[in-house]
Amino acid sequence: MNFGYRINQSSMIDLDRASKDIATQVLQYEPSFAACIGCGACTATCSAGRFTPFNLRRLQLMMMRGQTDKAHAEAGKCMLCGKCQLICPRGINTRNILLAIHRLTTP
Amino acid sequence: MYDVAVIGAGIAGMEAASRLAQMGYEVLVVEKDGRAGGHVAGWDRLFPFQRNAANLAAEMLKMMDRGKAVKVLVNTTVADVQRDGQHFRIWLSDGQGVTVSAVLITTGFKLFDAHRKEEYGYGIYDNVTTSADLERMFASGKPVTTKKGERPQRVAFIHCVGSRDEKVNNRHCSKVCCATAVKQACEIKQMYPDAEVYCFYMDLRMFDRHFETMYLDAQTQYGVIFVRGRLSEAAESIDGRIAIKAEDTLMGKMLKISVDMVILMAGMEAAEETDKLAGMLKIAVGKDGFLNPVDEYLQGNFTREKGVFVAGACTGPKTVSETLADARAAAVSIDEYIRDGSEEKSLREEIIEKIRNKRVEIRNRRMKNEEGKSIEF
Ligand SMILES: Cc1cc2nc3c(=O)[nH]c(=O)nc-3n(C[C@H](O)[C@H](O)[C@H](O)COP(=O)(O)OP(=O)(O)OC[C@H]3O[C@@H](n4cnc5c(N)ncnc54)[C@H](O)[C@@H]3O)c2cc1C
Ligand code: SF4
Ligand code: SF4
Ligand code: SF4
Repeated sequence: MNFGYRINQSSMIDLDRASKDIATQVLQYEPSFAACIGCGACTATCSAGRFTPFNLRRLQLMMMRGQTDKAHAEAGKCMLCGKCQLICPRGINTRNILLAIHRLTTP
Repeated sequence: MYDVAVIGAGIAGMEAASRLAQMGYEVLVVEKDGRAGGHVAGWDRLFPFQRNAANLAAEMLKMMDRGKAVKVLVNTTVADVQRDGQHFRIWLSDGQGVTVSAVLITTGFKLFDAHRKEEYGYGIYDNVTTSADLERMFASGKPVTTKKGERPQRVAFIHCVGSRDEKVNNRHCSKVCCATAVKQACEIKQMYPDAEVYCFYMDLRMFDRHFETMYLDAQTQYGVIFVRGRLSEAAESIDGRIAIKAEDTLMGKMLKISVDMVILMAGMEAAEETDKLAGMLKIAVGKDGFLNPVDEYLQGNFTREKGVFVAGACTGPKTVSETLADARAAAVSIDEYIRDGSEEKSLREEIIEKIRNKRVEIRNRRMKNEEGKSIEF
């Protein structure tokens, strides 16, 4: 039966196809990448986020889910001020993660 | 004179002492504060069923006293302990010395000092307070107000303050503060139905059988608003309100809001001096400061030192009912330990006979005490 619903393929995270290669490399470079609990404190304190819709919590999650298309441009918005690292309750080295993402996604 | 020394007269210490007395032991309870009851005696109503906390503590105190087999020394601490064969020789801060067969540690927890999270402004801004402060406001019977005495229109509860935070060296979850926040949020709404109440959480840990109902009631009956995001900072405005910032992580957007009161859900840390006590008794302390039983699964009240036992929040955050169950288990463990106290069969029988006689004696004393008096519950 056709109810007229469609699933929009492009907006779906397909973990069967998603490549986690870059996430794996970020993890190797900075193991604390694995410890994020998605609390958003980094995003809320972010200097870059005050002027652009930059979201570090989301960027990290996108990498973990293999959604790397926009990662390079996103990571480039960071001003490396380090506030996120100060606030992170998991003590994650966000600076290293940002640098790794930026480097590994260079086209 | 005494068989068991219990260190700390919170609900864990009181419950264990009551049970041990029922079993036929004379118990000495050493309490550093001026009164028994621990933290619970200072709370207002207890989740999940709004039981009056001060009454619960008072009732436990009365239960403990029934057989006249428990002696509580307040304003007292342990100055030194030494093992003497099967016994322990304890020197108290008042100069007294006692000898006992077993020691039970029930020193509980210490509330996280919210000043340490400077960015939240406790002790700096007037209207930033803690869950414990709010409990005391509720217990006072007076309406909850801002520092200026005004009724709050908007209140924000901040979860995980000093818990789940590597920056203050507390990795653990304090377990009771999600339920406490939901409870207190509903209580604010009961007091001020038209106030807006927010909970800022990272994960809502409503693990107990009855907690999910509390959560559902908070949403549907009281209209408490839940935002999933950890606070980045709080700032005071000229009018004394507090502006807070967080990411609304489910929206993926930054969020700011001004509130009249901020309530920090301060977590639990190991009680002060518990490490010193652990040192004197040679028992294991975890990296988080809480005491380690010898086997978390099968011997949760035993330590690596024979004759030294642990119960309650000193081995990690616990609710009231968990604490009480743990204390009862400790009493059973101590009873077993004392009964099995000798390798020699005849000596063992002697010990058991002595305990049996003592049990009858304590029971008779209790019956005599209760004669003509009805116990109020
Ligand atoms: C804000 C808040 C609200 C809560 N509300 C609820 C609720 O609604 N429902 C619920 O189920 N649970 C609640 N809890 C949890 C509850 O408080 C604990 O379960 C309970 O206090 C644990 O009891 P305890 O005896 O192990 O420790 P404590 O209550 O900490 O008692 C320990 C006792 O030992 C004494 N002591 C400490 N060190 C020494 C020493 N060296 N020598 C001698 N004495 C010492 C202390 O003075 C104290 O009297 C709440 C906790 C918090 C923080
Ligand atoms: S280091 Fe980058 S991501 Fe972190 S707070 Fe500063 S600008 Fe934001
Ligand atoms: S603050 Fe740390 S744990 Fe929280 S979302 Fe950012 S990186 Fe993850
Ligand atoms: S019980 Fe809730 S508020 Fe308390 S530390 Fe755990 S997650 Fe945080």
